Amino acid sequence: MSSMDAHKKKERVRVHFPGAVDSHFSQVLEIREKMEPIDTFRVMDTDGTVLDPSLEPKVTEEFATKIYKDMLTLSIMDLILYEAQRQGRISFYMTNAGEEAYIGSAAALELEDEIFGQYREAGTLLYRGFTLDQFMNQCYSNDLDYGKGRQMPVHYGSKAHHFQTISSPLATQLPQASGAAYALKRSGKKNCVMCYFGEGAASEGDFHAALNIAATTSAPVIFFCRNNGFAISTPANEQYKGDGIASRGVGYGMHTIRVDGNDVWAVYKATQEARKIAVEKHKPVLIEAMTYRVGHHSTSDDSSAYRSKKEVEDWKRHDNPVVRMRKWLEAKGWWDESKENAHKTEMRKAVLKSFAAAEKRKKPAVSELFNDVYDKLTPQLLEQKKEIEELIKKYPDHYDTSNYKAE
Amino acid sequence: MASLIRSARLASNAIFQQRLPAKLLHTSAKSHYAAANSPPPAEGFMPGVANSKLIKHTQHDALRNPELASVANGETKKMNLFQSVNDAMAIALATDDTACVFGEDVAFGGVFRCTMGLSETFGRDRVFNTPLTEQGIAGFAIGMAAMGSTAIAEIQFADYIFPAFDQIVNEAAKYRYRSGGEFNVGGLTFRTPCGAVGHGGHYHSQHPEAYFAHTPGIKVVVPRSPIQAKGLLLASIRDRNPVVFMEPKILYRAAVEQVPVGDYELPLGKAEILQQGKDLTIVGWGAQLYVLENAIQLAQKRMPGLSVELIDLRSILPWDVETVCNSVNKTGRLLIAHEASKTQGFAAEIAATVQERCFLRLESPIERICSFDTPFPLIFEKFYVPDMIRCAEGIERAMKF
Repeated sequence: MSSMDAHKKKERVRVHFPGAVDSHFSQVLEIREKMEPIDTFRVMDTDGTVLDPSLEPKVTEEFATKIYKDMLTLSIMDLILYEAQRQGRISFYMTNAGEEAYIGSAAALELEDEIFGQYREAGTLLYRGFTLDQFMNQCYSNDLDYGKGRQMPVHYGSKAHHFQTISSPLATQLPQASGAAYALKRSGKKNCVMCYFGEGAASEGDFHAALNIAATTSAPVIFFCRNNGFAISTPANEQYKGDGIASRGVGYGMHTIRVDGNDVWAVYKATQEARKIAVEKHKPVLIEAMTYRVGHHSTSDDSSAYRSKKEVEDWKRHDNPVVRMRKWLEAKGWWDESKENAHKTEMRKAVLKSFAAAEKRKKPAVSELFNDVYDKLTPQLLEQKKEIEELIKKYPDHYDTSNYKAE
Repeated sequence: MASLIRSARLASNAIFQQRLPAKLLHTSAKSHYAAANSPPPAEGFMPGVANSKLIKHTQHDALRNPELASVANGETKKMNLFQSVNDAMAIALATDDTACVFGEDVAFGGVFRCTMGLSETFGRDRVFNTPLTEQGIAGFAIGMAAMGSTAIAEIQFADYIFPAFDQIVNEAAKYRYRSGGEFNVGGLTFRTPCGAVGHGGHYHSQHPEAYFAHTPGIKVVVPRSPIQAKGLLLASIRDRNPVVFMEPKILYRAAVEQVPVGDYELPLGKAEILQQGKDLTIVGWGAQLYVLENAIQLAQKRMPGLSVELIDLRSILPWDVETVCNSVNKTGRLLIAHEASKTQGFAAEIAATVQERCFLRLESPIERICSFDTPFPLIFEKFYVPDMIRCAEGIERAMKF
């Protein structure tokens, strides 16, 4: 080592400022615009072929086919409920088409890991055993809906399934997930929180708040971004300028993974590893799953107004998560055309049966309008309840309660 | 921007406290203002409070309250309002292992000293700092409560609660209702210092209860004194609904009472009649009650024999309609005074309800004595707030109508 080199080396001095303890002083003025883009982890190609034999999933036939069947069931349920909305039988719906591979993330969790979803994660509930009847009851706001008919369709929630009730505001679930994870950590349970959101929601202040507070409090939470390319109509390239959402994770001092969101096994593996970090090291992890929203945003949206039908068809044909998984299963000899047809027929029947049953049921009792605002009815609410009860008696035709459960 | 002011204030406040011997810190606000040639503390002074009849100066006085029956045979200790808030949180933490206290600068004791000693006693995992993010604090607290824990979250100033407004209004308030009772955030309490202090200007003075009072699903509470603060805060923490607990920060040091050292709760949703009377009902809450007390004295000098019923509303949501309306049905006159600006302030709600229920008993228009409809103006504060003169004028108008 020359004395010159030694001199230079000596100059590499750590800063003494409390705000960035790992930085060194430098005489080079660096104006950094970009970091190296984060790679996208994948296990299978679009034909369902495992690219690196060491990544071959070590799973049972039963486990793998359950994931696939749930993906298929989700598509069938989506098709039927989408049509039901079009016929005016339910008021609203949101499909999962193109993103079904996120079920791989549910498969990597334990049942007691708490889920905070955005709204397009019905597949995780399906995976956990939420029944078709339970889905339909919610979408029909009937007397068996856990939410007592108070929220729009797809706002599912179930304590038994550790799935916190969906709310429409975007990204509000993120800081809640951080707090819930902190509570889980304090309880000593070997569980984590799983929090889903979209790349659009990541523009909300709550996203920043949540990741930062999860990092500083060492909360065992997995933030799972479904980057499906669109926030309603706004494309990802108008949503942010950085390297996706994953690049931000590093900025928060957080373990970060980017994964092919159309590859069930990549999603599964990434979530497994993330869960280990969350539960064993009590640290938050950010997963960005890259995918494409094949369906419209919701039944209130027609995506042909902002993207070509051909583009959507190309995605369906060339990178379809359901097809990729099916091909993998078929190569294993665990699935074939007859099983495919049998499952589809069985599920279509089951969905239609649940659908018809849910449609027939009455709405919750009118008194449920006032319950659950507080743990007990306040004097004001008791009075207001009496007011509507008297009006219902006085104007029975106007306030027809025949479709509501008897009190 | 706000954070700059906050950290500057925090720094000056902390230095202020370090310079003063501990003994001085516990002397009356008035004397230490005179003693130290230092900037005033963030919470300001309210000299009238020390001699107020609303303050319980002796143990006997304190324990006479039937609402304190559960601790009637216990000890009391001299505490100011920040100490009684601290005492309530210490009891909450000691009696509930899931309880955590967190917010900005909470770990070292808080900029108003409300959390002093708690992290040392209960550990940094239960009493901790958060990053500077009100929406994050609120969301975090909701998540904790949704898992069945008790979350006591501090929003450093009520003026900065608005980034958390969405979390409080759209999330906390609707959590139970929207899930059909599958989930709730009953263990959630937001504590936040509020109100005028003499030098707080736009962003260290607001009293934003009315925004939250328009939100079914949350409770809103404002205490007037150390005894009240302890009992109402413990009730808020243990109540199975989310509560926004607004602490009039001018009272943190100014109000000193003999506070029961035991564990007790005061009822939410229940007003308290502080003084019985027959000619006029006056409703207020928080620090405004001391202004009203002085205004009543002034009015009684001008109108000898005037008999006033003074009510501390205590809970803004849900509020005690029955106690207020019973009183107005007796007196026939009502004056409501609050520090928040007039239009759509909570006095409007009370006035509307009272005219519905007491219409035939009213003998004069309902008086609303409030701050004016401007932002909180630094140097014009004494012209802006509903001070003793304006309240006394309001009493006279009501009586001479």
